[in-house]
Amino acid sequence: MTAAEQIEKIFRAEHGRVLAALISQFEDFDLAEDSLQDALVNALERWETDGIPRNPGAWLTTAAKRRAIDRVRRSTTLERSLVTLDPQISQDEPEMDDSQLPDDRLKLMFTCCHPSLAPEAQVALTLHTLGGLTTPEIARAFLVSEPTMAQRLARARAKIRNAGIPYRVPPIDLLPGRLDALLAVIYLIFNEGYVATSGDSLTRQELSREAIRQCRILVDLLPGEAETSGLLALMLLHDSRRETRLSPTGELVLLEEQDRTLWDSSKIQEGIIILDSAIALHAPGPYQVQAAISALHAEAPTAEATDWRQIAALYTTLATMTPSVVVEVNRAVAVAMAFGPQTGLDILLQLESQAEGFYPYHAARADLLRRTNQREAASDAYKRALELCGNRAERAYLQRRLDEMIDL
Amino acid sequence: MKYLLLMYASESMFPPPEEIQADVPAWHALLQETKEAGVLISTNGLAPGTNATTVRIREGRTMLTDGPFAETHEQLGGYFLLDCKDLDEAIRWAEKIPTVKYGSIEVRPLWSPGS
Repeated sequence: MTAAEQIEKIFRAEHGRVLAALISQFEDFDLAEDSLQDALVNALERWETDGIPRNPGAWLTTAAKRRAIDRVRRSTTLERSLVTLDPQISQDEPEMDDSQLPDDRLKLMFTCCHPSLAPEAQVALTLHTLGGLTTPEIARAFLVSEPTMAQRLARARAKIRNAGIPYRVPPIDLLPGRLDALLAVIYLIFNEGYVATSGDSLTRQELSREAIRQCRILVDLLPGEAETSGLLALMLLHDSRRETRLSPTGELVLLEEQDRTLWDSSKIQEGIIILDSAIALHAPGPYQVQAAISALHAEAPTAEATDWRQIAALYTTLATMTPSVVVEVNRAVAVAMAFGPQTGLDILLQLESQAEGFYPYHAARADLLRRTNQREAASDAYKRALELCGNRAERAYLQRRLDEMIDL
Repeated sequence: MKYLLLMYASESMFPPPEEIQADVPAWHALLQETKEAGVLISTNGLAPGTNATTVRIREGRTMLTDGPFAETHEQLGGYFLLDCKDLDEAIRWAEKIPTVKYGSIEVRPLWSPGS
């Protein structure tokens, strides 16, 4: 790793904690961000020549605080002069130890994921403030222009300030709902990096990695929340199959056709250990159930050895927790695998009116019709799925199946 | 009779800053006149709509939306002007307004310098 790469890695790792501490001290999101940007520019120059300091987080915090105070002094607006200055910071302050840095990242997470902000703004803010991703990087990941992303971030920050979104860990009565919102944002970031196939694959991988990193921090800072651990386990288990879910030509590869020897066994092991610790808390929830389903796939040595009965039962549980067409379609597939394709087709038939415009429904139906040798009906279903599906990798898969139906 | 006069305008069609500036004396004159006439109870500007949050309760669950998204068929039916610590406190009060169960409550900060 070059010095520049190493510095960038440190910036990413320290960004959230330093920014959170600055916002706590100055009670001003914009001032904290601007000062941290100054400090990062400063650090880039200094560290490349002097080497990386022993406590980079503390170095950045001290530098940013000085910049913030400079900014406040230079600023003449009423707003800025209201900031209370900490008289203890001076130019010759001895270097702090990183362990003395307060960890206010939880506050920052809850502020960035406040449900009064639009979901896409929550995602962008979280990546920017906690993940230290730059505006161009986030813009690239979400396929929007840089000015659009910059405006989205600026608007969200303005709302935090103008609407009085609090900077704190929510009180106990609000916590469950707000934690759900926070987990939803993390999972959204993960899926954006995992499911979508458009855009730069490296950037995408970065998103999934960042979601896992943020979830780990959340598990550390707010321990004892079963669903947080459940989500972490779920993401690790999904991510263990990242390399095998697409063929070299970019076609989606179904679980049963993936090369299991290429699955990342260390991620699987870690995911299962974390899931077990979550289940031991006796507070079941949809992330834990989905992680359990993913674990059953991961543990099966071959596709044939998959415990489909157990998976079907877990989907039934999931359907009672979070009823949706998506869950029902998945349940139908699992039931088909456990008890034969016709049982699955029967479940799908009942969904027809709600699921007509939903391509996974048609894709699942097509696969089950194919398995029962109803080739013509399967072709029609593949065609309908293709009409509705916009994902390149999945389209490639559906097209191949459709061609097989016609060729035979 | 008490009347609520609501100022509607499209934020995207605001006149240029010079024109807004040119209106300042007219605002002051209006305030003065309404005060002198004894008709003014209270007036305030609002922060731009991008700072709004819409609160609804449906089937017992609170739903928050970014922005002023009342349904087009919904009519303004009243208002509370509250002094709260932060947005979470304002949302708590909004949740107690009975119409939140079938209508929507737009929580909008008052205009302040810099907003």
